[in-house]
Amino acid sequence: MIPISWYLILGAALFLLGMLGFFLKRNIIALLLSVEIMLNAVNLTFVAFSSHNGQINGQIFVFFVLVVAAAEAAVGLALVIAMFRNRETLNVDRSNLLKW
Amino acid sequence: MVNLLWLIPLLPLLGAIINGALGKRLSRGTIGAIASGSVALSFAISLGAFLQMLRMPDESLPIVQSYFTWIEAGSFHATCGFMLDHLSGLMTLIVTGVGFLIHVYSTAYMQDDPGFYRFFAYLNLFMFSMLMLVLANNYLLMFVGWEGVGLCSYLLIGFWFKKQSAADAGKKAFIVNRVGDFGFILAAMLIFWTFKSVDYVQVFAAATAMPAEQLGVVGTLTGICLLMFVGATGKSAQIPLYVWLPDAMEGPTPVSALIHAATMVTAGVYMVARSAVLFDRAPGALLVVACIGAGTALIAASIALVQTDIKKVLAYSTVSQLGYMFLACGAGAYAAGVFHLMTHAFFKALLFLGAGSVIHGMGGIQDITKMGGLRKEMPWTFRTFLIGTLAIAGIPGFAGFFSKDLILSAAWHSPHYGRILWSVGLAVAGMTSFYMFRLLILTFAGRPRYTHHDVHHVHESPAPMLIPLVLLAIFSLLAGYVGIPAAITGSHEPIADFLRSGTSAAEAEHGSVALEWALMLASVAAAVLGLALAYVFYVRRPELPARVSSSASALYSILTNKYYVDEIYSAIFVLPIVVASRQFLWQLIDVAIIDGIVNGIGKTVRSMADGLRHMQTGYVRTYAGWILFGGIVVVAWFLR
Repeated sequence: MIPISWYLILGAALFLLGMLGFFLKRNIIALLLSVEIMLNAVNLTFVAFSSHNGQINGQIFVFFVLVVAAAEAAVGLALVIAMFRNRETLNVDRSNLLKW
Repeated sequence: MVNLLWLIPLLPLLGAIINGALGKRLSRGTIGAIASGSVALSFAISLGAFLQMLRMPDESLPIVQSYFTWIEAGSFHATCGFMLDHLSGLMTLIVTGVGFLIHVYSTAYMQDDPGFYRFFAYLNLFMFSMLMLVLANNYLLMFVGWEGVGLCSYLLIGFWFKKQSAADAGKKAFIVNRVGDFGFILAAMLIFWTFKSVDYVQVFAAATAMPAEQLGVVGTLTGICLLMFVGATGKSAQIPLYVWLPDAMEGPTPVSALIHAATMVTAGVYMVARSAVLFDRAPGALLVVACIGAGTALIAASIALVQTDIKKVLAYSTVSQLGYMFLACGAGAYAAGVFHLMTHAFFKALLFLGAGSVIHGMGGIQDITKMGGLRKEMPWTFRTFLIGTLAIAGIPGFAGFFSKDLILSAAWHSPHYGRILWSVGLAVAGMTSFYMFRLLILTFAGRPRYTHHDVHHVHESPAPMLIPLVLLAIFSLLAGYVGIPAAITGSHEPIADFLRSGTSAAEAEHGSVALEWALMLASVAAAVLGLALAYVFYVRRPELPARVSSSASALYSILTNKYYVDEIYSAIFVLPIVVASRQFLWQLIDVAIIDGIVNGIGKTVRSMADGLRHMQTGYVRTYAGWILFGGIVVVAWFLR
């Protein structure tokens, strides 16, 4: 039996990885992937606690997160395509028109 | 007919609504017919109700009809209802009767005015308000009519609102009347506070039952009466609030005749007579009423002596005659006051309409020094105007003589300062006679002083204007005989007996027959003296007026400048308000404080935003950083 702390450490590590990716990468697709990694890190934590506590709630929650993540990916990729058609680039640092 | 009482004010209101709403689409004939017809119907109903009331025994009076509960708040209760007794019946007849004649006159006088339908809508609205005032069965409902006539007066004075002076005069009348109305509403509150009711019947019963020791020389009743009289000074143009009436002549002449001579300005006299029960128990207030009345009569008459505008002379004469009515009321002779109110309504409406006819014929000229010799061109106007003049001057046989005689006799018998009040009244009678004959002579007698360059075609007025003049002249001749002096018949004046049951006032005092004859002779002598003086001044020795005015130039300039009252009021009341409004209310409160706060808030928000908006960099990473920061703060908050 693997103790719960291992799962939590793995989840935290994945989340940190996703976060670092989000702040360091410039490609918008990489940014979307980073967001997915963060989401799944959280999912892992949910499932771990669910199993540990013998309650089903966490697992049900994960299903919802997966559905939302799928929708978000669809919308996000559509936005990426629209942005690329407009600006001929995927670099988020060059898309800063929406400012003061 | 008594059951149709509610229709009397309602018909003119209906006329006002129809003419006001649809007048643009109706022909002038239809508008005139609706307006005059509604008032004629009101008059017919009033007459029927009046005759029916006369057949009733005195015990069944007053006839009170309550229609619905108007206000019900705690212990306060006011109904909407009408009350008919001898006083309100007579007033209703005067208002609808004179009003009808003036409506007919106006259809011709206003024929070419673009605001024809508006004029008649206002005029009918005025009739409605005035009848509400007269017929109301409680002080609060009377106040509704009171405010209504004030509003219509404002609307009609400023009828030609494109003229600056007319608009100003309207505002002046409205504002000056507000001061008086404030007194009225305070009086109504004090009445409710004292008697727990505003209903006439209940208030008068409670006042009659008041024990004598509660009355005193100065008590609550004195306060009530004085406040009421403040209201009366506003509406009835007495010192100190008379200044609006002469300016009100900016309105069309029929308006001056109806509102500012015959009906509305008598509202104050009516109110005092209506509240005779209260005034009789407040001798202090009565004395004030008598003194103000006498003072106003004297001052206004002296100003009228030197005016050269035909309508201004009549306006000051009205103020003066109203003072006469208050003098009578103050002497406790309410019946004499109301009697004079009635005769005055006839002859002053006649004089104003005659003046209107002259102005109409002269093509708008109002200056009597530019008239003269109109007797030939306008024979009917001249004849009726002559009767009106004889009536107001108090020449025996005409209406004004009887009512004036009754008032002078009452003043003589007044409990305080009777001789002084009488002398003032007598002097005013002489002055009235002088300035009225001066007006008559300058306008109609002698040679024309206008050139045909000024006036193209002087012409007599059309029949719809002359018929009311003739009818009013007949009334000015005959109306006095209801008050034929006691000294002649040996019994009381019929009018005095008739009104006494309405005002439930104490019986007027009478001296011996010899004294009454002496008083009568004195008043006739004053009238004849005035007439003779006017004849000498303006017919025999036309150079005299100029000599007199130059030898007493200080007095003359005081009179032509109307005692500088307007200037004094302007310095004492208007100027401080204007200065305070400009410097304090506008520049300090409005501009500095209120605008400062509003603009200050805007500026603060703007400058904050100027700094904060730099957070919006447009970079996704910055936003993510803020989200991270927020997440850390939230987590830290929970882990704290």
